[in-house]
Amino acid sequence: MFQIEFENNDKVVGIDLGTTNSLVACMSLTKPEVIVGADGDKLLPSIVSLMPAGDIIVGNAARQELIDHPDRTIYSVKRLMGRGVGDVREELKLFPFRIADGSESVIHVRLGEKTFTPPEISAFILRQLKKNAEAALGEPITKAVITVPAYFNDAQRQATRDAGRIAGLEVLRLVNEPTAAALAYGLDKRREGIIAVYDLGGGTFDISILKLQEGIFEVLATNGDTHLGGDDIDNRLLRIALEDLQSEWGESGGALSHIGEAVQTLRRDVIRAKESLSFLPVAHIEFEWHGKRYHREITRELFENLIKDIVDRTLGPCRNCMKDAGVTPEQIDEVVLVGGSTRIPMVRSAVEVLFRAKPHTELNPDEVVALGAAVQAGILSGTVENQLLLDVTPLSLGIEIYGGVVSKIIHRNSTIPASASESFTTGVDGQTNVLIHVVQGERELAKDCRSLARFDLKDITPMPAGMARIEVRFLIDANGILNVTARDARTGKEQSVDVTPSHGLTLEQVEAMYQASIDHAEEDLQAAQVAQARVDADAILLAVGKARRNDAYLELADQERNRIEDAIRELQHVYHGADHHLIREKIDLLNVVTHHLAENMMNTAVSSALKGTRI
Amino acid sequence: MSFPDYFAFFELPRNLLIDLGDLEKRFYALSRQLHPDRFVRKSPEERQYSLDATAYLNDAYRTLRDPIGRAMYLLKLEGFDIGEQGTKDVPPEMLEEMFELNMALEELLESMPEGGVAACVNGPWVQTTDMLAKADADLQTRFAEWDAGHRRETLAEIRGVLNRRKYISNLIAKANVSD
Repeated sequence: MFQIEFENNDKVVGIDLGTTNSLVACMSLTKPEVIVGADGDKLLPSIVSLMPAGDIIVGNAARQELIDHPDRTIYSVKRLMGRGVGDVREELKLFPFRIADGSESVIHVRLGEKTFTPPEISAFILRQLKKNAEAALGEPITKAVITVPAYFNDAQRQATRDAGRIAGLEVLRLVNEPTAAALAYGLDKRREGIIAVYDLGGGTFDISILKLQEGIFEVLATNGDTHLGGDDIDNRLLRIALEDLQSEWGESGGALSHIGEAVQTLRRDVIRAKESLSFLPVAHIEFEWHGKRYHREITRELFENLIKDIVDRTLGPCRNCMKDAGVTPEQIDEVVLVGGSTRIPMVRSAVEVLFRAKPHTELNPDEVVALGAAVQAGILSGTVENQLLLDVTPLSLGIEIYGGVVSKIIHRNSTIPASASESFTTGVDGQTNVLIHVVQGERELAKDCRSLARFDLKDITPMPAGMARIEVRFLIDANGILNVTARDARTGKEQSVDVTPSHGLTLEQVEAMYQASIDHAEEDLQAAQVAQARVDADAILLAVGKARRNDAYLELADQERNRIEDAIRELQHVYHGADHHLIREKIDLLNVVTHHLAENMMNTAVSSALKGTRI
Repeated sequence: MSFPDYFAFFELPRNLLIDLGDLEKRFYALSRQLHPDRFVRKSPEERQYSLDATAYLNDAYRTLRDPIGRAMYLLKLEGFDIGEQGTKDVPPEMLEEMFELNMALEELLESMPEGGVAACVNGPWVQTTDMLAKADADLQTRFAEWDAGHRRETLAEIRGVLNRRKYISNLIAKANVSD
């Protein structure tokens, strides 16, 4: 009874798992609030580092490691989520991802001597946020809403959900980032009308147009680019600086681009310059390397020339989104800006010109997505009433038919959950299986779309060609993730179809990773306990060692001295073992057998101290 | 799972002229009842029901709010056979007319004027878009006719107009792609 009551009151947190920074938020009595980490920061930098001892550090602590140990540290891992090696070839030129061998089906990234999949690395970030939330809320957190870019495809969404699972979180819902922002914004202002959310983050760009009415947040259309963001701007500046260094410092400058440590220091310095250009007309890149200094002045004008095409690349999706939503710029009542890159004045003015409305910036663009995730968490747990989010699928779902052509079965911008049924038959007499290829994207040919999954409809009753009838139901759930079920129309036999994305983890792999993380956590805990036991053993051995030189020791009976000597030997014997219980046991034993000695020493000390005062 | 037909699901008569504002209100009200967000804490069976019912609701809303989708759905519901390509029951004189129009459009596209086909003020392009507008107006009239009496003959006529419209919009789509 109490158990059920407790389960119903479980807190659900909202998590913004960002390319650059991640945040966790929770509903307080009336409004969503971002939870502050142990370091006093609301933003947890999405940086993960593997320490030489084998432990993982995340966030601000890992930031310095990015410079000191770039080969053991990773940032912007979100760019790799749900993607194959072939998809990320371009990224590899610009990002220091070290792809391990054996990454054909699922990417493995090398950190030091170990390898991890992107969901495992994201899980480290999620686990840290979970810990922060648990510390702040004072209760275990097991359920979360996690945000994803609206334009994320099925594989990227599945990878995000896997990351949650590996971190020990039940992901109640994946929410699109711009939609979450609208939720935070709309709830805050209780506005109605058509709003556009322009979200330019560290690595992704999303545009969504929503209709707000009587607490319903209906997404009309969404568009975007999952590989466009602040990272790209950083890379432009970085390239300029590296070119300068090559021409100014000659060979030693040119070589810097191959030294991870130097590149990461320079990256930090150009980001500083970029950020100050949002407030100042001129900024400086200042970089120091082994006593040599590089300095470069960047005017806002130069900066804007440099990034103009990046900003322009966001406008096409905006126009398409308005077209799909069936609205003109005049019909858009408000524009909300999300993501750190929207602090750039050029981005703001481009948005203002396109939508003919002054964008809203009252809510912190770094926090608004996490706040919205917390609102959605509140909706799911029943603490936020009368609000409902109706989202859409960003990409069309299709199946490959003859000639490699795609037949679309669920169109983009369809409200989710959405479903479609298709019938399949055999082409050859006695055929017992049919291969189905599901793709996601807008192009005509399957090879130009994103391959989602190939699966086999098996155990078809052998019949003349064209006689079999298999009905396949495709269902995109409220997370934007595809589920497939198949039924033999003649026998009525249901067939479950496992849709593992072409570059995804299987359910078993995710489970194994979750188990490993728990086992690993236990291992870590045990190592820590052994270390602590040894520290205590050191302390008592040192104290007893000193006592043996004390007069009180010599005054003990032989038998008692032997018992002490034995206890010391026994403790030394187990000292290097891995069993902290055994070490503790021997410490306790030594404690007991030296009890009398300690008393005697105390008495001696007291009496000599007393003597001392007399003199 | 089996649900009532789209019209019944929205508690609407099988009419073809629909007040979209009213449809939206019904859609929102049903969404509030059925959406998976409302069932997170329920049993797996109830959650599955919510998922299926909401998917059905969304598919129904998408179909009914579009006049063409709505009419096609009703035809199917009333037992009319609609060919995938709309090739059934096309009168030969219409095929001929479309064929000629297609030729004329292709000629036009070969000597594309400045600003694309949309910039043409007369000729086959305008003729085609006029035909589309006429088909749409025709549909409106027949939709009202159906709503007044629910006569099967009206549906047969509607099917004819829909087929014709499909040809015309295919021609327009083709011209726009080459645009």
